[in-house]
Amino acid sequence: MSLFDKRLSEIHSALRAKELSVTDLVQASVASIKEHDDQIKSVLEVDEEGALAHARKLDEQLVKGEELGLLYGLPAGLKDNMVTKGIRTTCASKFLSNYDPVYDGTVSQKVKEAGSVIVAKLNMDEFAMGGSNENSGFFPTKNPWNTDYVPGGSSGGSAAAMAARHFYYTLGSDTGGSIRQPAAFCGVVGLKPTYGRVSRFGLVAFASSLDQIGPITKNVEDAAYVLQAIAGHDAYDSTSANVEVPDFLSSLTGDVKGLRIGVPKELIGEGIDSEVRDAVLAALKQLESLGATWSEVSMPHTEYAVPAYYLLASSEASSNLARFDGVRYGVRADNADNLIELYKESRSQGFGPEVKRRIMLGTYALSSGYYDAYYKKAQQVRTLIIQDFNNIFADFDVILHPTTPTTAFKIGEKVDDPVKMYLEDICTVPVNLAGLPAISVPCGFAKSGLPIGLQIVGKAFDESTVLRVAHAYEQSVGHHLRKPEWVRG
Amino acid sequence: MSAITRKEVEHVANLARLQLTEEEAERYTKDLNAILDFAAKLNELDTSQVQPTSHATDVKNVMREDVNRPSLPIAEVLKNAPDHEDDQFKVPAVFE
Repeated sequence: MSLFDKRLSEIHSALRAKELSVTDLVQASVASIKEHDDQIKSVLEVDEEGALAHARKLDEQLVKGEELGLLYGLPAGLKDNMVTKGIRTTCASKFLSNYDPVYDGTVSQKVKEAGSVIVAKLNMDEFAMGGSNENSGFFPTKNPWNTDYVPGGSSGGSAAAMAARHFYYTLGSDTGGSIRQPAAFCGVVGLKPTYGRVSRFGLVAFASSLDQIGPITKNVEDAAYVLQAIAGHDAYDSTSANVEVPDFLSSLTGDVKGLRIGVPKELIGEGIDSEVRDAVLAALKQLESLGATWSEVSMPHTEYAVPAYYLLASSEASSNLARFDGVRYGVRADNADNLIELYKESRSQGFGPEVKRRIMLGTYALSSGYYDAYYKKAQQVRTLIIQDFNNIFADFDVILHPTTPTTAFKIGEKVDDPVKMYLEDICTVPVNLAGLPAISVPCGFAKSGLPIGLQIVGKAFDESTVLRVAHAYEQSVGHHLRKPEWVRG
Repeated sequence: MSAITRKEVEHVANLARLQLTEEEAERYTKDLNAILDFAAKLNELDTSQVQPTSHATDVKNVMREDVNRPSLPIAEVLKNAPDHEDDQFKVPAVFE
């Protein structure tokens, strides 16, 4: 068993008993990366020196008898769009290949305050735009279960690194499924909290009304611990919610008796691979045997979610990415004679094809004469999708369906067809448009050996129920215990 | 909705401050047309009576007292700048 397969309580007991040190944990993380990451390329930058120095400090804390944080001693990997002081933060973009942040984002700071050690920054689709990690400006990450396949995206590095057990946990960000979809493709747990639950300060913005940071972990219990540490209102993010943060750990009771589950027919029928559908139906049976009930429901606007999402997310992105101008940070083109040329050349040399495509789409959708037809129309459809959810949540506690229509696809299979690639997101984008919490948990494997993800969606700020259902299911079936063969232990 | 032309693509690129190569301009004309065709699906819905949503949660304007707070040292602020001089970001001349 890898050290990182142990429960947090076991790790903490071993640390207190001096059978283990934080330095040991960090060294195990660094060793795993050095020995095995070449196969999957999930890591962009390892801060070995900084992490070991931090570990020594934490080891001293224990000797001095100081109180230990919730995530004390746990080595973490962060998606490279989270700003980390003193550790290069690139968003997997050539544009930011030299960016050395002078501050920590709120989440980076919070995990450190909880006693966690940031060991490395992880690969992703450039600026979080993509669902396969093929859009990384540096190199693609590969699926640990079969390296001919994509790990998903945009938090593909975070999900692959977790499946490889490089860290105790990783963090990703989810704008249209970017935590849940790679978690499903890599056979790990991925939680997108309610919009506003976790501060976005220091998360390089893609689509501000949709982006949310969340944990990627080996099981639901770990996801609850990490969420506990990173959740909460932040004065530096005016969209962070000023609501109470409940004790998420205490919600993991294993009890789902009387739980009412709605299953949207639009996300379990046509367009969903039969192996994926069967695995999700088996999960529903399992939950039934635990005392839950389920009924088929309808989300009539589902088919409009993907086009609405791409218009809104790209519009917000075109505005957010205007800040990358080659003046204050990032790479500046050296062949510009005037200011406008400097902007144009720096951006054109720094951004990859998918980022440019979305900036173009967003700029067009916001431009004079097209705003009402595209941007406003998509905002109105967003309202209809929110109403679909509200109608179901009037009668049900959670909504359950696959995380993805298929298991992971082959590297290169969809790169030439953006619309086909975008349609992959049908099961995840409605949740972001409505700002709801949702988790992906492993619910079986296809004949190909690739993992399948079950998605559980909750009411706004009801992560507790989402975690409770996911935990009860996971513990009763144990799909999460399976690891790629080459992963140690 | 009408298709987007190569000329419009070049106009949009200029607005977005992107310098497209010949190949890119062609590629994005094709891609944007495919994506906008796909987006035209939204027109099947009558939304004349539907309010637009910009944010899913009901956060209103958040105000705070306008008070002085410590800010980053200038050396730190300029640390990542491609070029700077006299504590300022430096860019090519805007006027001749």
